[in-house]
Amino acid sequence: MLVYALKRLGVAGLVALTVSFLSFSLIYVSGDPAFALAGETATEADIENIRRVYGFDRPIVVQYLDWLGSALTGDFGHSNYLNTDVASVIFDRLPVTMTLGACALAFALALAIPLGVLAAMRPNTLLDRFALTVAVIGQAMPSFWFALIMIFWLGITWRLLPITGTASWLNFIMPSVALGYYITPAVMRLTRAGMMEVLSSDYIRTARAKGLKPVRVLFKHALRNAIIPVVALSAVQFGFMLGGSIVIETIFAINGLGFLAWESIQRGDLPMMQAIVLVLACFYIVLTFVADLLNAFLDPRIRVS
Amino acid sequence: MAQGDTILEVKNLTVDIPVPGGMLHAVQGLNFSVSRGETLCIVGESGCGKSLTSLALMDLLPKKAIRKADRLTLEGEDLLSLLESRMADIRGNSMGMIFQEPMTSLNPAYTIGDQMEEILLRHRRVSRREARERAIYLLEKVGITAAASRLGQYPHQLSGGLRQRVMIAMMLMCGPKLIIADEPTTALDVTIQAQILLLLAELQKEFEMGLILITHDLGVVARVADRVVVMYAGEIVEEGAATHVFERPTHPYTQGLLECIPVPGKTKRGAHLGSIPGIVPSLVGDLRGCHFAERCRYAMPECRQGHIALRAGLEDDHAYRCVLEPDVTMAHARERGVA
Amino acid sequence: MADTTASTSTAPSADSVLAPSPGALMRRRMFGHYGFMFGTAALLAILLIALFAPLIAPHDPLGQDLARKLIPPIWHDDPKATWVYPLGTDMFGRDYLSRLIYGARISLLIGFAAMVISGVIGTALGVAAGYFGGRVDMVVNFIITTRLSMPVVLVALAVVSLIGNSLWVVIWVLGLLIWDRFAVVMRSSTQQVRGLDYVAAAQALGCSTTRVVLSEIMPNIVNNLIVVATVEMAHAIILEAALSFLGLGVQPPEPSWGLMISEGKGLMFFEPWLIGIPGTALFVLILSINLLGDGIRDVTAPENRN
Repeated sequence: MLVYALKRLGVAGLVALTVSFLSFSLIYVSGDPAFALAGETATEADIENIRRVYGFDRPIVVQYLDWLGSALTGDFGHSNYLNTDVASVIFDRLPVTMTLGACALAFALALAIPLGVLAAMRPNTLLDRFALTVAVIGQAMPSFWFALIMIFWLGITWRLLPITGTASWLNFIMPSVALGYYITPAVMRLTRAGMMEVLSSDYIRTARAKGLKPVRVLFKHALRNAIIPVVALSAVQFGFMLGGSIVIETIFAINGLGFLAWESIQRGDLPMMQAIVLVLACFYIVLTFVADLLNAFLDPRIRVS
Repeated sequence: MAQGDTILEVKNLTVDIPVPGGMLHAVQGLNFSVSRGETLCIVGESGCGKSLTSLALMDLLPKKAIRKADRLTLEGEDLLSLLESRMADIRGNSMGMIFQEPMTSLNPAYTIGDQMEEILLRHRRVSRREARERAIYLLEKVGITAAASRLGQYPHQLSGGLRQRVMIAMMLMCGPKLIIADEPTTALDVTIQAQILLLLAELQKEFEMGLILITHDLGVVARVADRVVVMYAGEIVEEGAATHVFERPTHPYTQGLLECIPVPGKTKRGAHLGSIPGIVPSLVGDLRGCHFAERCRYAMPECRQGHIALRAGLEDDHAYRCVLEPDVTMAHARERGVA
Repeated sequence: MADTTASTSTAPSADSVLAPSPGALMRRRMFGHYGFMFGTAALLAILLIALFAPLIAPHDPLGQDLARKLIPPIWHDDPKATWVYPLGTDMFGRDYLSRLIYGARISLLIGFAAMVISGVIGTALGVAAGYFGGRVDMVVNFIITTRLSMPVVLVALAVVSLIGNSLWVVIWVLGLLIWDRFAVVMRSSTQQVRGLDYVAAAQALGCSTTRVVLSEIMPNIVNNLIVVATVEMAHAIILEAALSFLGLGVQPPEPSWGLMISEGKGLMFFEPWLIGIPGTALFVLILSINLLGDGIRDVTAPENRN
């Protein structure tokens, strides 16, 4: 188990390194960053100046290593627009996005897992078809449109929920639903498939032959095995949601990392953009690593060998 | 309850399964009983309905299957009209079952100890410690060494033979009166098979249980059976005391089965081993006559009509289902070299 | 020891001789599968509408006329509503029906093109990884994991904002970002097929690698490929809509459905059709693509259905 963990850690580290390089190279996507910074009316001399001041005249590898070195010590550079260092802004806004992501995940799991279990217990019945219909419809609705519809009905027409900001927990309801429902179909299908497979397995037949009560068979024996891939998927999906929250945060004016990313993109605040991509990617990498570990931990066949 | 008392009584057990073409009569009108200390072997080829019979007894049939019987009692208690909750009280308690695939019959997520203690804790008011002690006792009884440390192991850490022993020990936790073993040794190595069978026989004697052993292997039957039931296409075609059925096979199908076994001393060198040509008939829809008629070399027009009932053989405790007289079929048996 | 199972021989039953051919079976499954039929029909309809847009659209989708702005659709109980503009007009007086029709072109074009680009990349990577295994597999896996770690929407937005947003920039950015599922699925499909005997036979005959891949492996993974293609096309369409919604996709005055939603959201309380109509169109398009994909999977390999 330890060897397994170390191997995965090694891979994760390499991936993180690669991603860091890709995030760094964002600055060169538009061509010469010195041009971008200098503006349209700049002269050759101005541009040269900027190059020297920001260090763009150094070889790219050196620039990357310099940036990476600072990043590892928590210094992501200075934001051109907010007049403060990037790191503090990011870590200021990060908790909001994490809260949003966690709520969205909780919503998705609370909806998807019971539906998946029920559908698996009664395959090809009305309930099953209902669950699959919910899944199909959920996958077809763009999240921003769903968010707008919710705002229209719940926020404006019936005035049940607040539509902007993060004043109270009520503010998180609609955004969480808008963000979370998109992964509900995948989780539900996986739960359903896993449960169906487990319910028809030999050890469930043994559990029934032992005379165990149905609830016990369902939870202790069936769900315990079927949920393993779902746990791993959830960890990964949490990572997706952290990265995909940009649209939802923008609509609901939630001051999280996504909204910050949006603002930085609009302003062309490159250091901020690079840092956000890197931070989100690293979160995702950590989450996949955690998912792998969870997978191994929950399955004694991997954990004890 | 004394030795020889009837534990299980089955009268006219049928299992029907709705299929696209109609109704599949998987098991038709089975009658048998099992007494304390007795081993009943149900023999037949794949698809003859023997596994379904065992599931029917435990009420573990697939949802679509329809079980009917005139009488199905365990220690006098009628199992047919029971609520599912009461049936669940009986399963694993007075009646236990051992399955064919030891590799997949235990839950990979929990330890052996947990799964064994669980069944006792479900049916009895005992403490965890008492359950643990009984688990150790039974593991040792089934021949597993270092029982205490085995309790903490997971199924994947044990071999197939060991897992099957654990299954047996687990089903004995509540001291059942009847054990149904559905092909318990089919998935194991030949050398292990003998050990497991011997183990079952010993345990049965010691705990004075009834044992229903389901198998397609005649060698197994010869070794352990007190009584034998031969099934074909959902029906009993021959039944009786084991020695009677083996030494004087009266039904053409049983004779065919025995022809397939080479017997040192009897079978001539270079002789062809018997085989039964043809395939099992479809059991969907209206069924008429003898199911074996298609493949029987002695078949006559009257074999395909009406319903053929079981009739007495040449001796007590020996019945068979055929239109032919017993002395006629015994002559066949002698011709074929199986009697 | 005697085994009763060894003693029977098999004769062909009437059933196996009279069974329907695989083609007939598939056709039967196809027409009986409601999802598949609906998805195909809807998608075909949208495709035709998009193709014949210049002939069908009643007005110029870009033609503004502030005198006729914000006319509600005909199902509204409003004196302004008229059959001349059946789906109403937007804040610039542009006919919504025409914009909807031309918007279909944009969604379909971007969805299809991005799907093809990502399909080529992902399939090439996946098949290579599945076929050659070993180091190639390791490298491809690493590339896939790296790509999966990058937040797609964010990177797409960033790149588009830096390069400039034309239609083809959006297509290429999306295409270069969403190939991961192609790679993963094609890799596992190839691995499954690779171990089969007819591949070994082809190799033993001395067929070149290209030939083995193209003639033995590809035909057997095409089913999965098509299913993933539908998923990713839907994915690309949603992403483009999101990008356009945020203002970094298709630029005004082009009638991208995502953009139409964005333009309408400020007015949605009083003029809800501005977001309702394009949103529903997106929903129907994506739904039909998904149903089509599910249907193909069910029809060609029902055993894979979950």
